[in-house]
Amino acid sequence: MDSPIIKVENLGKKYRIEGSFDRYSTIRETLKEVFLTPVRRLRALAQGQGVSDAPETFWALQNVSFAVQPGEVVGIIGRNGAGKTTLLKILSRVTNPTTGRVVLGGRVGSLLEVGVGFHPELSGRDNIYLSGAIMGMKRAEIARKYDEIAAFSGVEDFLNTPVKRYSSGMYTRLAFAVAAHLEPEILIVDEVLAVGDLGFQNKCLGKMSEVARSGRTVLFVSHNLSAIATLCTRGLLLEKGEIVFQGNSSEVISQYVKLTRAMEPQDLSHRLDRKGTGALRVTRFYMEDEAGRILEAAQSGGCVRFVLEYEGAADTPLKEVAGHIMVADGSRYRLFSFLSEIVGEPFSSLPRTGRLICRVPELPLLPGNYDLHFSCLVGRQLADKMHFAASLVVAEGDFFGTGRLFTDRDAYGNVLVHHTWTVDTENRTF
Amino acid sequence: MVEIPVNLQLPPPREPIIISPDRSWARVNFREIWEYRELLFFLALRDIKVRYRQTVFGIAWAIIQPFFTMLVFSLFFGRLAKIPSDGVPYPIFSYAAMVPWAFFANAVSQSSDSLVGSANLISKVYFPRVLIPLAVMLSGIVDFLVAFVLMLFMMVYFQIFPTLQVIWLPGLLLLALITALGAGLWLSALNVQFRDVRYALPFVVQIWLFVTPVAYPSSLLPEPWRTFYGINPMAGVVEGFRWALLGTATAPGPIIAVSALFALILLVSGLLYFHRMERSFADII
Repeated sequence: MDSPIIKVENLGKKYRIEGSFDRYSTIRETLKEVFLTPVRRLRALAQGQGVSDAPETFWALQNVSFAVQPGEVVGIIGRNGAGKTTLLKILSRVTNPTTGRVVLGGRVGSLLEVGVGFHPELSGRDNIYLSGAIMGMKRAEIARKYDEIAAFSGVEDFLNTPVKRYSSGMYTRLAFAVAAHLEPEILIVDEVLAVGDLGFQNKCLGKMSEVARSGRTVLFVSHNLSAIATLCTRGLLLEKGEIVFQGNSSEVISQYVKLTRAMEPQDLSHRLDRKGTGALRVTRFYMEDEAGRILEAAQSGGCVRFVLEYEGAADTPLKEVAGHIMVADGSRYRLFSFLSEIVGEPFSSLPRTGRLICRVPELPLLPGNYDLHFSCLVGRQLADKMHFAASLVVAEGDFFGTGRLFTDRDAYGNVLVHHTWTVDTENRTF
Repeated sequence: MVEIPVNLQLPPPREPIIISPDRSWARVNFREIWEYRELLFFLALRDIKVRYRQTVFGIAWAIIQPFFTMLVFSLFFGRLAKIPSDGVPYPIFSYAAMVPWAFFANAVSQSSDSLVGSANLISKVYFPRVLIPLAVMLSGIVDFLVAFVLMLFMMVYFQIFPTLQVIWLPGLLLLALITALGAGLWLSALNVQFRDVRYALPFVVQIWLFVTPVAYPSSLLPEPWRTFYGINPMAGVVEGFRWALLGTATAPGPIIAVSALFALILLVSGLLYFHRMERSFADII
C-alpha cells in the first residue's frame, strides 16, 4: 500500500469543436460550396490546420491530479459533461491527453460499454472469444473460464446462434458475462454498465463489489449515488473538467448534491456527445416557474417550465420543429416523455435562435434526482439528440393537495398519479 | 445475487504503463503488437467467418473474381489485341498474375475501410490499432489460397509443371503482403481523417492494376526501364509469380529486388505515419 497504482499528474484534454455542418438549401449555394470548400480546406491544410469548419477548442479536462492506492475503489461523480468519460477514456488509453501524464502500475481492463467488439453475424461462442480477446484476455484464460461465462450469461442454449438473433436482453447478459470475467489489476467502469433490467443491474453491482473485495483497484463512474456510497471507499467530484473535491464517498456525495442544487442555466453548447444533423442545437437548459424565475429544483406536484434554448444552423430554415424531453430515473429507467408534436402541431418557421418551452402543470415525480434526455427534430429529421443532457432535481411538494407526502422512492416508485379511493360496504354478487 | 469466484492471484507486477501526450515519431512498439497476437488471430478469424455470410456463392467469390477477370483479359488482350505472354498460354499467364493481384487489391480496399468500420471499437477500448488492418491482410490469405487451388488445376490443364523456382513463392507472397500492408496502413489512417480516401480508392486501385504487368508482360519494356518498373512493388510480385510458377524465362531478379526495396519503404513509412496518427484516431473518427 505504499506506492500508488494509478498516478495522475496535471492531466488535461483539449477538444476541437467541429463547426455545425451547414446544410445547403439552394442549388446555387450547393454548387458554390462544392467548388469553394475544397479550396478553403486545402488552404487550411497548407497552413497546417486540419479539416474542420471554424475550429473552436475547449478543455474537457484540466489540471486533474490524483493518486489511487492498490485495492481502492474510487467513485467518480460529477454533472453531465463534467469530464468523467473523458477521464476514463484517457485512463483506458482510448484517447490521448493533451497535457500531463498518467502512470499505471498494472493491467487495465476498461468497460466503457458492454458488448464492445461483438459481431452480430458471429455465434455467441465466437463472440465470447472475440470480445474477451478485445478486452485483453488471453485465449487460454477465456477457454478456462468459458463454461463459467456461459453459465453466468444464462444463454447457454443459444451459444451456437448468431447474436443478431438474440433479444436485446440476451445480448446484454452475454456481453456482461464476458466483461464480468475480466481480471485486470485495475478495472475502469463507466456508468453505461447500468443497463438492462433491475435484476441485471444488481448482478452488475454485485460483481463490482466482488471485484472490489478481491483487492483489485476499481474506478467507477455512476449517476447512481447509492451504488457509489456502498461500493466506493473514496470519491472524486469533477466539475467543468476539474476536480473540485476529493474525499471519502459520503463527503463527495454531499458535495455533489450541493452542486446539483445550485441550479443555473446549464450551458450545453460545448457538449460533443450529440447525434443528428445539427440543423438545430440545444445550447442551454434551465427550469423556471410560471413567473419566469429560474428554479433550483422543481417541486413535486408544482408547475414547472423546462426551457431549451436553441440555435439553428445558418442557412437552414427551421420548419416543422419538434422538441422532445425524456425523463429517466437515476438508474436509467425511462419514466415518461414530453413530445411537442404529440400534444400539438410541430412549430413552423422558427427564428434562428429562441427558446422551446415545455410547461408541465403538475410534475408527477417523487422528490429526488432524475436525468433528462433531449432531442429535437427539424422537418421530421433528427437534428439534435443528447443523452443525459441535464439533471432534474425534484423537491418535496404537495402533489395530491392533501398535505401528505410520498417521500420514499425506493419504497413507492418514482411517479405520482392522481387517483381516489372509496369503500363499498355492500357485497356484490356475480 | 450470484457469487462469482474471483481469482485472487494477481500476476507479478510489470513495467508501469505511462500515458502522456507525446506525439513524436516514437518507436513503433513491436513487443506490444506481439503481446496482442491472439487478438490479431481472433480479428482475422472474425473477418474470415463474416466475409461471405449471407452470400449465395460464399468463398467461391475468391475464385470468381480473378477467374472472370482472366477470361475477359484472355479474350480482349490475348485473342483480340494479341498481347505477347512470355511463351505460355495467355489464360494461365494472366491468371498467375491475377491471383496475387486480387489478394493485393482486396487487402488494400478492405483495410482502407477497416479503421472507420471499427469506429466503435476504437472509441471504446485500447489495443494496438495496427491489428485492425493487419487482420484484414491475414484473412485475405484464405481467399488467396482458394484462388491458388484453381491455379493448380489450370497448370495441370495446360500441362505446365513448376520447376524448383517454386520455392520462392512464399517469399513473393510475403512481398505482396508487405506492399498491401504498407498501402493499407497509409490509406486506413488517412481515411480516418479524410474520407476522400473512400472515393479515391476504387480509382487508385484500377490505375494501379493497369500500371502493373497483369494483362501484359513487363518484357515489353527494354532494360534498364524494365528494372525501374519494380518501383511499383506489385510489378515485382506479379513477374515473380509467373517466373516461379510457370517457369517463364524472364529473369525477374532485378525487378523483384527493386520491388522489395520499395515495398519496404512503403511499409516503414506507412507504419510511422499510422503510429503517429494512431493516438488521435478515437478523437477524430
